[in-house]
Amino acid sequence: MRKSASAIAVHGILILYTALALFPILLVIMNSFKARKAIFGSPLALPTPTTFSLIGYDRVFGDSSIVSYYLNSITVTGGTIFFTLLFGAMAAWALTEYKFRWNTLLALFLAVGIMVPIRLGSVSIIQLIVELNLINTLTALILVYTAQNLPLSIFILSEFIAQIPKDLREAGRCDGLSEYSIFFYIVLPLIRPAMATVAVFTMIPVWNDLWFPLLLAPTGGKQTITLGIQQFLGQYITDWNAVLSALSTAIIPVLILYVIFSRQLIRGLTSGAVK
Amino acid sequence: MADAKAGAGNAIVGMGRGSYAMLLAFFLGPAVVIYTVFSIYPLFATIFNSLYLRQPDGAYLFNGLGNFQTLLTDTTWSVPFWNAFRNNCYFFFIHMLVQNPIGLALAAMLSLPRLRLRATYRTLIFMPTMLSVVIIGFSWQLILSPLWGISKMFLNALGLGFLFAPWLGQESTALITVSLISVWQFVGIPMILIYTALLAIPEELIDAATVDGLNQFQAFVWVKLPLIFPTIGLVSVLTFVNNFNAFDLIYAMKGALAGPNFSADIMGTLFYRTFFGNQLQLGDLSMGSTIATMMFLIILVGVMCYLFLIQRRMQRYSF
Amino acid sequence: MLKTGLKTMLLTAVAMTAFASVASAGKITIESWRNDDATIWKEKIIPAFQAKHPDITVEFTPTAPKEYNAALNARLEGGTAGDIITCRPFDASLELFTKGHLASLNDLSSMAGFSDVAKSAWTTDDGKTTFCVPMASVIHGFIYNKDIFAELKLAEPKTEEEFLAVLETIKNDGKYVPLVLGTNDQWEAATMGFQNIGPNYWKGEEGRKKLIDGTAKLTDPEYVNTFAALAKWGPYMGDGYKAQTYPDSQNLFGLGKGAIYAAGSWDISTFRGQDVPMGAFKAPPPAGSADCYISDHTDIGIGMNAKSANAADAKVFLDWIGSDEFANIFANALPGFFPLSSAKVTISDDVAQTFVGWRGECKSTIRNSYQILSRGTPNLENEMWNVSAQVLNGAMAPDAAGAQLQDGLKKWYAPQQK
Repeated sequence: MRKSASAIAVHGILILYTALALFPILLVIMNSFKARKAIFGSPLALPTPTTFSLIGYDRVFGDSSIVSYYLNSITVTGGTIFFTLLFGAMAAWALTEYKFRWNTLLALFLAVGIMVPIRLGSVSIIQLIVELNLINTLTALILVYTAQNLPLSIFILSEFIAQIPKDLREAGRCDGLSEYSIFFYIVLPLIRPAMATVAVFTMIPVWNDLWFPLLLAPTGGKQTITLGIQQFLGQYITDWNAVLSALSTAIIPVLILYVIFSRQLIRGLTSGAVK
Repeated sequence: MADAKAGAGNAIVGMGRGSYAMLLAFFLGPAVVIYTVFSIYPLFATIFNSLYLRQPDGAYLFNGLGNFQTLLTDTTWSVPFWNAFRNNCYFFFIHMLVQNPIGLALAAMLSLPRLRLRATYRTLIFMPTMLSVVIIGFSWQLILSPLWGISKMFLNALGLGFLFAPWLGQESTALITVSLISVWQFVGIPMILIYTALLAIPEELIDAATVDGLNQFQAFVWVKLPLIFPTIGLVSVLTFVNNFNAFDLIYAMKGALAGPNFSADIMGTLFYRTFFGNQLQLGDLSMGSTIATMMFLIILVGVMCYLFLIQRRMQRYSF
Repeated sequence: MLKTGLKTMLLTAVAMTAFASVASAGKITIESWRNDDATIWKEKIIPAFQAKHPDITVEFTPTAPKEYNAALNARLEGGTAGDIITCRPFDASLELFTKGHLASLNDLSSMAGFSDVAKSAWTTDDGKTTFCVPMASVIHGFIYNKDIFAELKLAEPKTEEEFLAVLETIKNDGKYVPLVLGTNDQWEAATMGFQNIGPNYWKGEEGRKKLIDGTAKLTDPEYVNTFAALAKWGPYMGDGYKAQTYPDSQNLFGLGKGAIYAAGSWDISTFRGQDVPMGAFKAPPPAGSADCYISDHTDIGIGMNAKSANAADAKVFLDWIGSDEFANIFANALPGFFPLSSAKVTISDDVAQTFVGWRGECKSTIRNSYQILSRGTPNLENEMWNVSAQVLNGAMAPDAAGAQLQDGLKKWYAPQQK
């Protein structure tokens, strides 16, 4: 009896907090399907047949580049996650597993990057990208974001790799596996949950960043969706139909992506070889 | 950790020096190269710039630590600097006092055994964290906007209409309001980190505790909480680093002058304004780099405190 | 920063090759903060240019006004900025010229069509070099909703006293927001408030020049009285105006919920898209004024990136910007931006005509913080945003506002230190 009462309390709190987390998002999405007068007149009402309107979406998708902006964002975010995880895991493995002279110093050197404010080196970064002839390319963004995310990735993955029972690694070595095989076939699968966490942490700021797309790839159809939406908002700032539709257009795919990704995360967490 | 390394050392005894170097180069090479070129080099270029002062004719003259002296002693610079620093500390405290306890509480509830709809809650609560600050800032501005009147309607419905105020526009409430919006957005991060740590605790420990007659709450406080101290330490230091790097949300909602009367100005907005300029204010590479270097030092001190004072002590207790 | 010489060489070499392919295509890009006008550039202005010059392609790539200066500076430093640069007036652009980012345009033939006054915002202090083609000025005043004025039987106020009486009537009626202006974004407080009504107090150019030569101070009665006039607006502004943003204000008036809108002439084109019947009146002078003054501010020019790989095409384009054809297209496509060329331009929009008509009735001046006085730290323009917003919020007394501005200016500006 007491158990079910506390379960109800827990659900009550969680439902309240979930409502708080979702209310602003739902409000924006809901109102994006309404006509202008209804947005201002009754903002909390659901769209009805009389107030329903897609005029904002007409304006957003009238700008045909929106779809290609999505592809740009997916490429940049995907590329960054891939390189951050691969190179990050490799470095974390070497730093925790192998003894060499500069080990501690190198670990400290890599940790500095966790603290580097992202915009401090902007001017030098632009100059570098120009030198490499990568301006207005998605490669430039992937390189900069990978560099920015590697330190945290190494930091988190090292903690997890250090927790892998040494028997597992030693067993591999006894079976005559090379160090490379041990890493790719034993270690990588074991740190999947940690990699899922790192992927989430990498994905959010990269997908949402406005600053580097603005400086490194602002034109020529290479805009990311965040920048594209920002430019769109600037242009239609007083047209709330367009603004709310643009915001919803930016929100909905992220949510879909996240729901798919969230499954991975759960699977990673529950398969839990790491305890 | 130490014996793990020793074990590895034994295993690769048979390996030649050359192939051992190859091995290290293979694993460390890509990360170190990309990181050094695109992150460390630009950072050093910035610190280097803070030692130079721009002359009226556009040339840069070596100025030693003169820029730092100006920043900390000349009232033109020191008043905004300390104001931004103080505001940034408030910003951080609000996150520590609101964001992290809420994150911990949510994680604790989510990790309760036999909780139904666990994945749904977690996915939904994490959602705001996924969205761009452009979207969050804009949406909240609309919600709090006196023009649209949503928040007023809401308070009226609860019979609290008299509480309504233009929170984002008042000197006394602007910073708190922006901080709470930031908390709202990022509470998912401590939640998910602590949740992951809680899941990693072996169930036998909890079972043993319950057998000893502790209820779930007591089991959480006395058994689980001490075990996740390292994670809470990690969450705190991440919060510190993120808060002292923060910029986007305040810039999106309050602009580069972060008003009224700079009441929401933090290090990030001060740096941006100084480095890149504003309407008629010209960008100042030297002073901008000086502020950036100060931000770097503040964060460095914070992280060092964590590494040497907190993390060391904790490792002794972790399992 | 390290190995500077080698790096610069590499940089230039790479930049040249990077842009070489683009250059051969005869393509130029325009940097601008006018993202509101992107559609008009794409649909009207650029096609008109290409009808004359089919071999040159033009791309208009605006950045949001808030980010424009920062992003442009970074791109210029990095060598990735577009060929054509839209110029802010006075010191911001002068800085770009002295740094070598903007090219001199003295040899541009269409430059002859502009008066010295028009060119002054983009000319070096010695008057020798002009680096941007003047495009347009903007005029301050008040736009009102004709229907609301008719409903409440109100007439356009001619003096400050009448202005406050009109606001009081609208407030007592209670259906509409009397004065649409917000302080969240701060710049409107200074620009639509202080700089809008101020010239009547400090006698336009006369007062502005006195500040520059140090014979007047911001603590003088003309400035304190301007702030005192602003301080009276608070009760008539919308509920929660302290958190009201600029787009909020535009919506409030555009939806017909507000009676009077503290305006810049550029707002006309925003409201043209919404069915608000508009009229306009100029800043009402205080009692006892003999003359009237308006803020007629040289606001937008257009210049050339000194490192443009397409200099020849860019100059052809700039020459066209200086032509009568452009002035006519621009003035009518964007009512509220008034061309600065000496060409005879017919403006068809009636509200825009009202604004430009004030030039014949009153003396024109530019915003007093723009020339010379915002060169140092603390920046006078930033300070004006801050104190004007605070005065409107009722958080600062008028004399304290003047004192803070004067203290800041005195810190670095020699003529004010005497």
